[in-house]
Amino acid sequence: MIRAVLVAVMLWATSLPAHAIYADPPLPDPAQEERAQELMRILRCLVCQNQAIHDSNAPLAKDLRVLVRERIAAGDTDEQAVDYIVERYGDWVLLNPPFKATTLALWFGPVLVFLLGAASIVVYQRRHRAEAVAAAPLTADERKRLDRLMDDGSGA
Amino acid sequence: MAQSDNTADAPAKVNAARRLVLATVPLAVAAVIGLFLYRGLSLDPGQIPSALINKPAPDFSLSAVQGRELGLDTEDLKGEVSLVNVFASWCVACRAEHPLFTELGRQGVVTIHGLNYKDRPKDAAEWLDRYGDPYTRTGADVDGRVGIEFGVYGVPETFVVDKNGVIVEKIIGPVTPHILKEKLLPLIAELKR
Repeated sequence: MIRAVLVAVMLWATSLPAHAIYADPPLPDPAQEERAQELMRILRCLVCQNQAIHDSNAPLAKDLRVLVRERIAAGDTDEQAVDYIVERYGDWVLLNPPFKATTLALWFGPVLVFLLGAASIVVYQRRHRAEAVAAAPLTADERKRLDRLMDDGSGA
Repeated sequence: MAQSDNTADAPAKVNAARRLVLATVPLAVAAVIGLFLYRGLSLDPGQIPSALINKPAPDFSLSAVQGRELGLDTEDLKGEVSLVNVFASWCVACRAEHPLFTELGRQGVVTIHGLNYKDRPKDAAEWLDRYGDPYTRTGADVDGRVGIEFGVYGVPETFVVDKNGVIVEKIIGPVTPHILKEKLLPLIAELKR
């Protein structure tokens, strides 16, 4: 009996942090709440920086969650709600950098470096193979020397 | 990999050129990467560039901190160059930078307004009484909503606002004598011209 109570208490204790994250009151409309939660996952907590406001307990993250819910409840589309926050905090508040002229290098840089590397490997390999094929056949002298060496070796 | 030395003259030249390329390209690549990394050393990830630079200060209207007369709103930021210092009594770094602002206020170099971020009214009033009040106007942003309008994410922050109420610069973290001398004062002097 005591063991059962202990197990129950331990299970309950491990579930506590999960509740703490969702401490703020949800929107009455489950569909809207769902959308708000989705947005909270793509918005960066500016205090903790590599965490979404969805699972950060920084006071500012909480304020921003309240704000996101407010915008959604007020009839904003997802895009409008996100833009509202980006206007104030900049693109950096988005965990995924937006796709635009200033971020082209960010999006394509790694691909470009990969392609350059792949291209140089291909070019190198091809040249190497061409050289191997182009190697001159042995002269008569060389062949004789080789044969002699091979004969010596066979006796060992 | 290297070619034998008994090749004819022309291929030897080609080889020399190739060797030069092989030697310099990796060096150049390493230099570029090195430059980026070196730049990274002096970048502070805590300093997120403000999205509000060169934009008009947001629309807001706040009543004054407890015991003070003049509240703060968007219109108050028009007409003269001003600093908006975001502070709170619970913010230790604010206390560190505060003497700088009281001194600046006494010298009358520039108008300083205080935006009291997420503070209890009584705490804010006591804090200003104790450490000095350099602010011409104060705004009590009790729930932090105006802070969000300003893109505040860590206190203290200090905004430089020009005569037209446009945000020109934002200092994140405590203003040091160095920042004041090298950045703020020259900027204020320029804006006042």
